[in-house]
Amino acid sequence: MPPVTNFTALQAESKADWQTLIQSQTPHILIGTATCGKVSGAMSILDAIGMTLDKLGLKATVTQVGCFGMCYAEPVMDIALPGMPRISYGFMTPQKAGQIIEDYIINGNPRPELALCTIGQGKVEGIPTFEEMPMLKGQIRIALRNCGHINPLRIGHYIARGGYAGLYRALSQLTPQQVIDEITTSGLRGRGGAGFPTGQKWQFCRDAKSTTKYVICNADEGDPGAFMDRSILEGDPHSVIEGIIIAAYAIGAAEGYLYVRAEYPLAVSTVKHAIDQARQHSLLGRNILGSGFDFNIHVKEGAGAFVCGEETALIASIEGKRGIPRSRPPFPAVSGLWGKPTNINNVKTLAMASYILDNNAATFESLGTEKSKGTCVFALAGNIRHMGLIEVAMGTPLKEVIYGIGGGIPKNKSLKAVQIGGPSGGCLPADMSHIGLDYESLVQSGAIMGSGGMIAMDESNCMVDVARYFLSFVQAESCGKCTPCRLGTRQMLNILERITRGDGRLEDIPLLESLARVIKSTSLCALGGTSPNPVLTTLRYFRDEYEAHIVEKRCPAGVCKALISYTIVNQKCNGCKLCVKACPAQAITFAGKRQPVLLNEKLCNRCGICLDVCKLDAVAVS
Amino acid sequence: MSIKTVPQDMLKAVIEGFGRDRANLIPMLQRLQEHLGFISPQAVAAAAERLGLSESTVYSVASFYTQFRFKPVGRNIIKACRGTACHVGGGERILSELERQLGIKPGETTSDLEYTLDTVACIGACALAPVVLINDEIYGRTSTSRILDAVARQKKAGVSCACRP
Ligand SMILES: Cc1cc2nc3c(=O)[nH]c(=O)nc-3n(C[C@H](O)[C@H](O)[C@H](O)COP(=O)(O)O)c2cc1C
Ligand code: SF4
Ligand code: SF4
Ligand code: FES
Repeated sequence: MPPVTNFTALQAESKADWQTLIQSQTPHILIGTATCGKVSGAMSILDAIGMTLDKLGLKATVTQVGCFGMCYAEPVMDIALPGMPRISYGFMTPQKAGQIIEDYIINGNPRPELALCTIGQGKVEGIPTFEEMPMLKGQIRIALRNCGHINPLRIGHYIARGGYAGLYRALSQLTPQQVIDEITTSGLRGRGGAGFPTGQKWQFCRDAKSTTKYVICNADEGDPGAFMDRSILEGDPHSVIEGIIIAAYAIGAAEGYLYVRAEYPLAVSTVKHAIDQARQHSLLGRNILGSGFDFNIHVKEGAGAFVCGEETALIASIEGKRGIPRSRPPFPAVSGLWGKPTNINNVKTLAMASYILDNNAATFESLGTEKSKGTCVFALAGNIRHMGLIEVAMGTPLKEVIYGIGGGIPKNKSLKAVQIGGPSGGCLPADMSHIGLDYESLVQSGAIMGSGGMIAMDESNCMVDVARYFLSFVQAESCGKCTPCRLGTRQMLNILERITRGDGRLEDIPLLESLARVIKSTSLCALGGTSPNPVLTTLRYFRDEYEAHIVEKRCPAGVCKALISYTIVNQKCNGCKLCVKACPAQAITFAGKRQPVLLNEKLCNRCGICLDVCKLDAVAVS
Repeated sequence: MSIKTVPQDMLKAVIEGFGRDRANLIPMLQRLQEHLGFISPQAVAAAAERLGLSESTVYSVASFYTQFRFKPVGRNIIKACRGTACHVGGGERILSELERQLGIKPGETTSDLEYTLDTVACIGACALAPVVLINDEIYGRTSTSRILDAVARQKKAGVSCACRP
């Protein structure tokens, strides 16, 4: 093995720069500018920070970081003053941000009432610490270890926090086989859905006989409701790139692809930037760190097809074809991209692999359950208070995630169901929330881990409508190659649409179940194979709701348009006319000052705009 | 009219930036669409020629992916997210109201070429659902009325109005 050079020098330099940054005597202001931050207005906060600093004649370092995970509180701005822990402020507006800077940096008042928590050593009166903050308590961050801490555009930040040390260790001390053994020992399983042991997958590819091999990072993240891969790519791209290089070294690949969906423009540009930087520092390209190992990464942008997340479809897409899955075997590990052995891993899997190589397998292996090791990342969305990104040990009970970390259900409503695993997953009812979040328990419940999207639903969500929604998604995304998926899901969708229109029949339920069985067992790929899951789980846990639609022609949650009507609650309405102006169908008329408005049901198109605009809760759905 | 008239040599310049390798087909179509707004028959022909593929092969690949369009797009592109979080948050209501107001279905363009309505599977800002994109601006934590207002504001700045005054 030729000697690996330069890395220790690079590391020392990065660490020194980092120390200067975090121990500097100038204030340090951090602002989350990942997609979620930007959507919430982070760029106007950034402008306000700049203007305030100018106005006050203050010197401060401003760092743009990725998303820390507290998306619900975006835009989030943090301030670290010398000798003090970093304080996180949420729900920023340009005015508030300017005021906080003035109050805290100039006048020494940290404005505890506006703060979310402190991060790092030390305590500030009136502000909970990171560990005390309900959303962060109980989290163990491995895949998300750097998100929100570093500037994703600065490779030095990543290196200073232990980045590329795993790759350096692999190249300088371990043979490819030893790398695979370490991944195997860690118990790491793929985080892209199926949970296949990563070490074993790498081994298959390593053992395949061929001089040309490929590594692919699957960053397609097609699951609607999932955004953890995007956050990692936007907040800590090097952790993924390092994982790809380690995988390439282990299996003996000289070329790799990162397939990322075009719907994530910020992730695409961040990743491209990171790849260029890695190349400049000899972490990518020819003779990496002087080890004699050559490896390159190409970025491929997806073109908007969910099925392209499936391995064989993804490969076809890279080859410039329609992204249609093919039957396996041969598995990609034997015959993949251009017929060569190919290893495909998810973004989180690779980010975890680089952590494992740096921190050794035992740390990872000690977390989680017997069969599901390490941590899992979830994207919390839907009707939950703390929407955002979290990472917990495998096996953590669902209720801890929903009520503890997630803060429960807002607006005094109660949890009805949790949808886990995207279109291939299922809906678990509230009374199942004791189950542990690990591969085995989830499969038993009828859901799956999937890629980690978790959508909380409350009383105002109709489970029949949710099942219909998922089938309409799958139906639109089916590649059409095999009949059960193309026509079977169409058939199921027709039935569900009929039920939500109030034309359901009791025979529809057994019919749905038998269609589900056939589609599950005869589809070519997992898209079709798992598409009945949302229907089966809602039938299993929420059958009474189906029956209400079919027998009573009633949508208990008040969602299915054909079965509901809008009314004005006369006691609550003060005649403010907001809804009169907003109603696009002119269905609401003003009756007089301080008098309840009148709603004409015949004209009403059930768009729900009146419900949106009414500040007094005076619009009711029944 | 809002279709950019693209000089033939620009089309050529885009295409010549790519090697004659089939793997370049999708990236090439993506760049073409970036410049033209849609994949025109000329673009298909040029791509096919460059890569040594038949035009029908190029069409068959392009039509598989939802990103590609074959008709000119409106001056404003409105994309409603149809992901799960957005659905749960009322996204479907927003979409159906947009359809009603603009008088078009997703994938279509108003006859005055002012608006194209479309959907997107999920833009990964689910924590801020429901989400709608108007051109490149993302509206998070939004509602039907806010989106219609935003559309109306654009209208005011632009030409005639098919939706709200
Ligand atoms: C329809 C379909 C869509 C998929 N989408 C994704 C995806 O977006 N991202 C992903 O990592 N895996 C996705 N998968 C799973 C991949 O095929 C594959 O199992 C995974 O990328 C392997 O990586 P892992 O071993 O690290 O989990 C999808 C599978 C199917 C059937
Ligand atoms: S199951 Fe569906 S998506 Fe998969 S190959 Fe068959 S038709 Fe295509
Ligand atoms: S917005 Fe609400 S309070 Fe105002 S008139 Fe309409 S129903 Fe009454
Ligand atoms: S579901 Fe709409 S952004 Fe993800």
